[in-house]
Amino acid sequence: MRGRRAVILGLGGAAGAVAFMLGLGAWRTRNRPAANAVLPLPVSNMGWQLTDHRGQTVRPTDWLGRPVMAFFGFTWCPDVCPTTLSAISGWLEELGAEADRLTVALISVDPERDTPDVLADYVGNFDPRIVGLTGPEAQVARAAEDFRVTYRKVPRDDGDYTMDHTAGVFLFYADGRFASIIDFHEDRRFALPRIRRTLN
Amino acid sequence: MKHLILTTALVLSAPAAFACETVTVGDLTIQHAWSKASIGVDRPAVFYVEITNSGSSDDALVGISTPAAGMPMLHETVVTDGIASMPHAMSVPVPAGQTVQLAPGGYHGMLMGLTAALKEGDRFPVTLTFEKAGAVTANVDVLPLRSEGPDCADAGQ
Ligand SMILES: [Cu+2]
Repeated sequence: MRGRRAVILGLGGAAGAVAFMLGLGAWRTRNRPAANAVLPLPVSNMGWQLTDHRGQTVRPTDWLGRPVMAFFGFTWCPDVCPTTLSAISGWLEELGAEADRLTVALISVDPERDTPDVLADYVGNFDPRIVGLTGPEAQVARAAEDFRVTYRKVPRDDGDYTMDHTAGVFLFYADGRFASIIDFHEDRRFALPRIRRTLN
Repeated sequence: MKHLILTTALVLSAPAAFACETVTVGDLTIQHAWSKASIGVDRPAVFYVEITNSGSSDDALVGISTPAAGMPMLHETVVTDGIASMPHAMSVPVPAGQTVQLAPGGYHGMLMGLTAALKEGDRFPVTLTFEKAGAVTANVDVLPLRSEGPDCADAGQ
């Protein structure tokens, strides 16, 4: 009885494995183009040129050789952006000196209002390792395209405007390969090991 | 020594005193009312709070008003396909027996048209209007822009 059950289980397992492999094959074929359209480019293939909050020009090549943590936001953003920046500041503090090897960037999706000086005022409220990046609209659009990020201007009830934007935090390895995205509503405890993985 | 520890604890908790204060209206308890320091008056500020409904009937927060802003409004941060937006919330449900938070990344009071910049340590009143319980005013503590909430001994977050 026990032997027979083992055989049945074995067959089931083998069938399951075959089904899994077939399924995986189908998934791969079906999703290959879609996956490429969704994942950010490796840093080495990016083509933007932006200015940091100290007025220095920054290109993707400047990021190579160090792991990168980057996200998109804007300084007129009252909830999502300060919340993300607070979380990032907390992670950097927990990592301590280890995080000195990390490039951390906030890329503005609102270059109309976020000049380098405005960004400097803003990032000054958070961990000093966070760099603010802005630039001409075309360069911000290029960065968004390279990251596969979406943003759009939304009129507000008081005549002003706000920005909808991709809220995840992007991680890249030092060689520029994309590592992962920390989603906005993800449990913070899972973020640290993933950041550490890009550091090692 | 004991006295010193006590004094230190008081000093540390002092800035969050108002946020840790509790006000009630009907079956509703309002606490942890806080905001974040603003950079100037042009950017919208936020208002966060925790509401507990200990009654047996549902209620809802339908509006906020404050002398600190010309256009206060209820918003909800929503993330759809990774994209964050913050549509206007007509009301925030406060179901019977539950605690609801206006908190970073979710429901928030959006304070547009600030009358003055909000500085860390400032306090301002916000009147919350509920569908059934009526109106109640809470004192709001302005915490640093980096803050993730008031540090109350009984903080439920
Ligand atoms: Cu809002």
